[in-house]
Amino acid sequence: MNAVSYGVMETHLRRLRGDGRKLLVPYITGGMTEDWVECLQAVADAGADAIEVGIPFSDPMIDGPVIQEASVRALDRGTTPVGVIDAVAVADIGVPVVAMTYYNVVFRMGHRRMARSLRAAGITGALVPDLPLEELDPWAAEAGHAGVATVLLVAPSTPEERVARICARSHGFVYAVARMGVTGERETLGTEATTVVRRIRATTDTPVCVGIGVSTPAQARAVCKVADGVVVGSALVRRLLEGGGPDAAGEFVSSLRAALDDPDPDDPAPEDPANPAGHAGPGDGEALAGS
Amino acid sequence: MSSPHVSMGVPGPDGRFGDFGGRFVPESLVPACMALDAAFSEAWADTEFRARLDSVLRDYGGRPTPVTECRRLSERLGVRLLLKREDLVHAGSHKLNNVVGQALLTQRMGKRRMVAETGAGQHGVATATAAALLGLECTVYMGEVDTARQELNVFRMELLGAEVRPVRSGSRTLKDAVNEALRDWVATVEHTHYCLGSVMGPHPFPYMVRELQRVVGDEARAQCREILGDDPDVVVACVGGGSNAAGTFAGFVDTDARLVGVEAAGGAAATDGIPGVLHGMRSLLLQDEAGQILEAESISAGLDYPGIGPEHAHLGAIGRVRYDKATDEEVLAAFRLLAETEGILAALEPAHALAWVVREAGHCIEEGATVLVTLSGRGDKDVAQVRELLADELDHHGRLGPRGGRGR
Ligand SMILES: Cc1ncc(COP(=O)(O)O)c(C=O)c1O
Repeated sequence: MNAVSYGVMETHLRRLRGDGRKLLVPYITGGMTEDWVECLQAVADAGADAIEVGIPFSDPMIDGPVIQEASVRALDRGTTPVGVIDAVAVADIGVPVVAMTYYNVVFRMGHRRMARSLRAAGITGALVPDLPLEELDPWAAEAGHAGVATVLLVAPSTPEERVARICARSHGFVYAVARMGVTGERETLGTEATTVVRRIRATTDTPVCVGIGVSTPAQARAVCKVADGVVVGSALVRRLLEGGGPDAAGEFVSSLRAALDDPDPDDPAPEDPANPAGHAGPGDGEALAGS
Repeated sequence: MSSPHVSMGVPGPDGRFGDFGGRFVPESLVPACMALDAAFSEAWADTEFRARLDSVLRDYGGRPTPVTECRRLSERLGVRLLLKREDLVHAGSHKLNNVVGQALLTQRMGKRRMVAETGAGQHGVATATAAALLGLECTVYMGEVDTARQELNVFRMELLGAEVRPVRSGSRTLKDAVNEALRDWVATVEHTHYCLGSVMGPHPFPYMVRELQRVVGDEARAQCREILGDDPDVVVACVGGGSNAAGTFAGFVDTDARLVGVEAAGGAAATDGIPGVLHGMRSLLLQDEAGQILEAESISAGLDYPGIGPEHAHLGAIGRVRYDKATDEEVLAAFRLLAETEGILAALEPAHALAWVVREAGHCIEEGATVLVTLSGRGDKDVAQVRELLADELDHHGRLGPRGGRGR
């Protein structure tokens, strides 16, 4: 296969992987704070290989309390899909951007218009978690045309034959869901993540990034023993919700970067500066509604 | 307007009703939806399962429910009004029909826990009831706005052994309770079934819940033939997500009866909504230009949902069902009228269906027409709220006085 056929996002990630680098993909909800665009830049400068930018939706059903709160704040600030896309276009942060949103936002704007707007803004990937394989075609066709890579999810519950079918249609990277549940920080990551990554690996050589629950540099490094990279959302977004601006965002992402770049897995992971004790966010269940 | 050849059959594996329906859920939940689809299809074809369900609904639930002819109210309205009495089902509403089916299915699938969302609390109470009956764990998510206005139902659920979790996210009503129930389900799907309360959500829920509610329409059709010697001219039901309406319409969709679904004016997705995707389904939704979901608001917590089930969107699109709305004032008036003329306290949800009949008798509904209304639940849960709504009419003792306050 010729590298061009992978598209901008995947070509970039494959090249980094080829250089022996573990991929770091932080997530920020677009519009969540006044200075969210500066945070993107800080995160890029701190060593992100791609950035996932959330286009907020009123009913984020796969998100836990932290990203729910970020979505509410963003919407209360009058954030719109077009506003987020335009801001990314103007910012030109120098690393590939993956838009993450829910399908109604795409559906409402129209598949073609969304795909073209993203690409025109330099956004070369999209992740729509409530759009499973069976419902993918109309969006995938337009995204493919526009040159936007659609990243698909593989979950711990995904049966093996389905893993192959998902991977065949996932572009940019494959998102390995680390555990059954919604986004949010976790004290520990179980073994499910490893199993999911192995299943994906068995069917594709597309880069595999693990997300949902990856919260600390140590976890990121542990996961990257098997995966090509990590997506870190709630742990970063929480820092921004707590008032940390671009500096705090950059500092946290630097700590993740350092952990991934540390070649010796037996070394103690560098401490997370904002949270030395390994803060654990709310877990499953009871705390979901609040925050 | 009616087209006798429409059927409410089995959707294809993609769960589509025309342009609506589908299964828009995160990958984590896709296998569970598929397993549920297979389990329900198998159970529904299994005569033993059907017999067990029928016997629970009969011996425990009190089915069949009667059809009551409203003589005094009919005289007032100039039509012949019949009520399908789902208010007489155990636990007070049609919701039990659905949850008994899903609770039996939960057992059949080897799961030990059910989660549910609830608005007015009726579905939560019904789920807690079925869970108690079958020895299942039960967690109910309920928006904080609703736990406040339906306090007694919260306590009822707790008495029945369920855990009620107030939902503080979003608009703190039914749609947010659905989000939380889905979030719970993603994390617990191995041992938990999501007992969805209406004909909404990802496939197979809209189909499955309609099938579990079709007993309402099937019974009513036979009863109407007995009483009227014919099908009714008009069949009316209220629509929140649309389960009592879907069950009712399923019994009449292939007759000449005009079918009417009535929503709350403050949350009328069938009339004011536009196509979109929420909670796993493509349907008509109240939303803004960017696709953000809007809040539905009426006096009836059970109807405050910004969407409708996908099959309703389809039945509306093809013109088989007419969807209309009723205002809070019309609903309150109809609630009182039924109480005073027939001695029945209806839930505020079906009072919407009645309100439409009261408004349209002699207009959309010709004089002398036969009209069946599904009275989906009883009004006990709403009495405190109605009292507050009537505060202006109460005397200084907090009393309404004789003849519903009109005797003073
Ligand atoms: C008595 C009653 N009727 C109707 C509804 C609305 O639900 P559906 O439209 O699914 O019948 C509710 C919901 O809480 C209810 O309690």
